[in-house]
Amino acid sequence: MSQITLNTLSSEIKDMDAAYSVAGGDAAVLHDHELASLVISGNKVLNANGVEGIVLETQGTKNGVDVKLTIKKGCKIPLPVHLCFGLIPKDGLQEIKMNFVAEEDSAVELVAHCTFPNAVKIIHSMEAQMHVGKNASLKYTETHFHGPYGGAQVIPRAKVKIEEGGSYYNNFSLVSGRVGALEFDYDVDAEKNSICEMVTKVYGKKDDKIKILEKVALNGENARSVIKSRLAITENAESEFRGITEGHAPKARGHVDCLEVIQGDAKAEAIPIIRVDNPLAKVTHEAAIGCVDKKEVETLMARGLEEDEAIDIIVKGMLA
Amino acid sequence: MLSRDGKKILRGVNLEIGDQEIHSIIGANGAGKSTLAYTLMGLQGYEQDEGSLIFNGEDITKLSITERAKKGITLAWQEPARFEGLKVRDYLAIGAKGNGGVTEEELKEALRKVDLKPEKYLDREVGEALSGGERKRIELASIITMKPKLAILDEPDSGIDVVSLKEIVNLIQTFKENGASVLVITHRKEIAAASDKASLMCEGVILRSGDPLEISEFFKNRCIPCDSRVSPPKAA
Repeated sequence: MSQITLNTLSSEIKDMDAAYSVAGGDAAVLHDHELASLVISGNKVLNANGVEGIVLETQGTKNGVDVKLTIKKGCKIPLPVHLCFGLIPKDGLQEIKMNFVAEEDSAVELVAHCTFPNAVKIIHSMEAQMHVGKNASLKYTETHFHGPYGGAQVIPRAKVKIEEGGSYYNNFSLVSGRVGALEFDYDVDAEKNSICEMVTKVYGKKDDKIKILEKVALNGENARSVIKSRLAITENAESEFRGITEGHAPKARGHVDCLEVIQGDAKAEAIPIIRVDNPLAKVTHEAAIGCVDKKEVETLMARGLEEDEAIDIIVKGMLA
Repeated sequence: MLSRDGKKILRGVNLEIGDQEIHSIIGANGAGKSTLAYTLMGLQGYEQDEGSLIFNGEDITKLSITERAKKGITLAWQEPARFEGLKVRDYLAIGAKGNGGVTEEELKEALRKVDLKPEKYLDREVGEALSGGERKRIELASIITMKPKLAILDEPDSGIDVVSLKEIVNLIQTFKENGASVLVITHRKEIAAASDKASLMCEGVILRSGDPLEISEFFKNRCIPCDSRVSPPKAA
């Protein structure tokens, strides 16, 4: 592993900046030396910038990059750390291995954009290990953009451990452009007095395929979690959601909440699974799949919108 | 006339609402008041079988909800929709699109008129754990920004505390002052009293129309509850 603290210039930077902007990010943050950032195109690290309290290590591999990002004990990083992963060509393979460690009493917000604007035949896999130390806080926001062709196969997988008193917030969003094929798989172990909140928002169109599996094991006393999923699918898209929460300790509290809107010939399946083996734990769930709420549509039509405009606003609101 | 499953829900409803008139519809639960409101707005499942609906001299019976809204008709539901993720400011701006948009100050003023602090509510989500009363006020604010010609208000006072009733009455008066006619469905004497005219509805029929206080008193003292007419109370 080599630690990189200076910017590395590359002719691909401009392309990645443009792709980052298309994915919803502000490319200027990637060149601001006051902010920690990491830009990876394929298997090249185009930019890596650490700030005080952060150790950022990267190593290129055949098809991607291994990343280790450590937030040092007691360090609360005041500004978000910006990450950008992507592939500019139409085809290719990118394998990212990530190891995030938020040491005891640290706090950090990671803002990631994964962008494949021209994807016709692209595979992007992310294998992540995330460790949230005692009383530490890790907030991870990941926004994807896969372009208009539906040719991306994206496989984000993470194993997360939250130590006593730690907080982990994950927010995954893929609502612009096509999805292609998404296989999302996050597995969280939550210890005593920890908090876990995971939100996924995905908009599938045409023949997109969406698979979401989120699992939280509430292992410690008073551990709390929410799994929240908001999916909209239309045309011939298919979605499959599994939200699993296990209550293994006294006063553990968990909730699984899935709301899906379907239109056209889309097919959706939602299975919230709750398991409890401690009588003092409580886990609840709710899941609903259906068309857009009729009263919401008619309310907006009664304000002068056409039906299509009303549905568009409601779906965008749900996925905002 | 409007029927469902062979049963006549609205029958021979003859109702005329004048320009800038506040018209109350009074009646027991199940009398058909909300059905009348939905029929006037043209909601799906409430299309009338017979009769016509004339608005400003134009037959709008066959028009869609959107087309009626574009003519200036709108509806506030008794139970407003939740709208997950939709910001209050965006919701209030939707109705104003047909009138050339709305300024920031007009958005704030609309919230003040329903007794909500703009700085607290403007950037919140409509469905973000707001109480029924708060959502009700936000829905009324969305009607203020739309500047309709006919506002149909289905029990605007429901879910709102008694102290705020005066503000609802003031708001209805404001609609009128701004040039709108208001059809208001209510159980409240205070709202009926602020009306220019009232109609009593029972089992899908307008029984009588006239002075709001008279109609209100008649309903309170002399009208036989619809339920007891269908199935008389059992003798003790």
